[in-house]
Amino acid sequence: MQQSVTASRLAMMVALALPGPAFADEGDLARLRAEMAALRAQYETRLAELEREVEALAAQPSATAPAPAPAPMGGARPAGASAFNPEVSLVLNGRYRHAEALEEPGITGFVKGGHGHEGEAHGDARRGFLLDESELVLAANVDHLFRGQLNLALVDETVEVEEAWIQTLALGHGATAKAGRFLSGIGYANGQHPHAWDFADPALMYVALFGEHGSYAQDGLQLSWVAPLEQWVEMGIELGRGSAFPGTERDRNGLGATAAFVRTGGDVGDSSSWRAGLSWLGTRAHERESHFEDAVSEEEVAGAFSGTSRMWIVDALWKWAPDGNPAARHLTLQAEAFRRVERGDLACVEDETPACADIGMGDYRTRQWGGYVQGVYQFRRGWRAGLRFDRLSTGTIDYGAASERLERPDFSPTRTSLMLDWSPSEFSRLRLQYARDRSVEAVTDHQWTLQYVMSLGAHPAHAF
Amino acid sequence: MPKRIWAALLAGLLAAPALRAAPAALACEPEWGALVAAIGGERVSLKVATTARQDPHRVEARPSLLAAARRADLLVCTGADLEAGWLPVLLRRAGNPRIQPGQPGHLMAADHVTLLERPTRLDRADGDIHPGGNPHIHTDPRNVARVAAALTERLVRIDPEGEAGYRERFARFSADWDAALDRWRARAAPLAGVEVVVSHKAFPYLQAWLGLVEVAALEERPGVAPGPAHLQAVLQAIESRPVRMILSTPIDDPDAGRWLSERTGLPLVRLPYTVGGSPAARDLITLFDATLDRLLEALE
Repeated sequence: MQQSVTASRLAMMVALALPGPAFADEGDLARLRAEMAALRAQYETRLAELEREVEALAAQPSATAPAPAPAPMGGARPAGASAFNPEVSLVLNGRYRHAEALEEPGITGFVKGGHGHEGEAHGDARRGFLLDESELVLAANVDHLFRGQLNLALVDETVEVEEAWIQTLALGHGATAKAGRFLSGIGYANGQHPHAWDFADPALMYVALFGEHGSYAQDGLQLSWVAPLEQWVEMGIELGRGSAFPGTERDRNGLGATAAFVRTGGDVGDSSSWRAGLSWLGTRAHERESHFEDAVSEEEVAGAFSGTSRMWIVDALWKWAPDGNPAARHLTLQAEAFRRVERGDLACVEDETPACADIGMGDYRTRQWGGYVQGVYQFRRGWRAGLRFDRLSTGTIDYGAASERLERPDFSPTRTSLMLDWSPSEFSRLRLQYARDRSVEAVTDHQWTLQYVMSLGAHPAHAF
Repeated sequence: MPKRIWAALLAGLLAAPALRAAPAALACEPEWGALVAAIGGERVSLKVATTARQDPHRVEARPSLLAAARRADLLVCTGADLEAGWLPVLLRRAGNPRIQPGQPGHLMAADHVTLLERPTRLDRADGDIHPGGNPHIHTDPRNVARVAAALTERLVRIDPEGEAGYRERFARFSADWDAALDRWRARAAPLAGVEVVVSHKAFPYLQAWLGLVEVAALEERPGVAPGPAHLQAVLQAIESRPVRMILSTPIDDPDAGRWLSERTGLPLVRLPYTVGGSPAARDLITLFDATLDRLLEALE
């Protein structure tokens, strides 16, 4: 500003003096130049003085010279209907994955979940350069009572509604109700979207429990309540449709799946915080198809399970940072374990297969368990390293009369993953991961993943 | 779960409104915690979400904060998106309508002062910028006085029974503050026009108050650690200027500041930044005393 004022004044003076200098000789020109330079210097000193005075005035305390009232905030914000547009965020994911070619991807001894079609190499089993699902999130307060959010997963040819819910804001007394489709509150990692995962893939137990997506979404209603205590205690129940794996779509009224959870947590000094939870999920399946091996004919038998699937999950989390400031360094230790019991009947899908023709099928009962332990350490700004151990147990498998005939693997799928990631900002992450995967019997798969996760726009804050 | 635990929890729920004779406050940062303590006195039970050694941009929505947000009648935070990474989670998951935006129990200090450094363009390529302006408003004591007035009105609305006490403590606080402002102004005279380099853009309000001139910031983009090229550029930019010191907060990464200090011989001045940021900064008045002590010391 200082320069432009000086310049405009000089321009004015030059304009006034023009008729003279137009006929002046070189001596006059030099004299005028010197005068101009002197004037310029004078003005600059005077302006600097004025600026100092303004600053001194601004520095007066409010007691003697009341400061002007604050300007109304948001004056420059867009007006009109577009000002109420929801928060939009977009997460872009992609990876390069190097792994073994598996004849039958999945986890030995565990029924394969998810909605992938038979024979199609999908989800985790794909190799080479991969575009992961792009997540589009729209969220906003509906009014003073409700908030709404939509999460879409965009993959080739499909748009999947991962979450679409409304939530109450003003029930009070620590209560919140949610309706629609939402990631269930069971477990700890279940509520995380893929971009928030600490590793490139979900824990093995989540794949075993809920299929390739690695999380359980309810279509229904959730009520949660935070107790008015010094200690954080939250409990909730969910009533849902129950169509997602391990349940199936059933054409009926009433309740399809029920979940309940309770969790608590607190601080230990300034540096550490913890959280622990216990959850239960009960759902039903009707003619849930999966494949079994006939030990005699060594053929594949398609069976359909109808019955109940119930599980418990325990979770524990410990976070540490020097003085509780995670900016430079922090450590997160996390562990979860489950036990799932499925009970019901197994029926033949195709009656002509030998196993079905010979003995038929009947009871179906499995008791399985598993879990994981992981640690992630940020050792310097933006750099994290993580280690995760997965272990499952095929547990007890009882096919009733068909037990003699169908193969019942006695195997403990395990996996060890090691990752290193770099986040130049809170919105971008590049990750390298190595995993020694022994989730398929008799195969040791050395998997390498190079991945990017980037979020654009208004990125919602993450839960603890 | 045993019946006894359910009964105890139910009793706790029913008893909660009765226990709420005196309001509970949750302050996001230590400076607002100190202000609530000064105006609310013993009457207000207080939980402060962060310490002076924690970066308020980066803390998480910890369970203990969820519990505090559940019970709070008043939330006092900086606002201007400083707490964007965790406060929205607290608001949504605490099930507490009293502290939601628009309620008397939701006090954002930045709404009561004029913000500086409001970006003219919003692009994440510019780093962790705040669309509303720079949120570190409390480093100008005149802003603290404005927030104190707003806080007093809120406390009176939430807890009318305590009005006399709040007004009396506010009157006492204002008198002390005005006296302190005169004292600070006199002491700070030599600081007017002094050129400084800052680590993070944490002090624009302090600079405006004291007349300090910020010549460069070590963080090229807010919230992003500086690269060597930018540090070289800063070194060149200040070579020909009469820069006197490098300012940093207790939570800034000290590496870049130390590097520049070694190259140039300029003192690296670690200001307390907030209450508890140095042993001397015990409350709001001593925070500014300690800040001026360090600045004047570095000038000698």
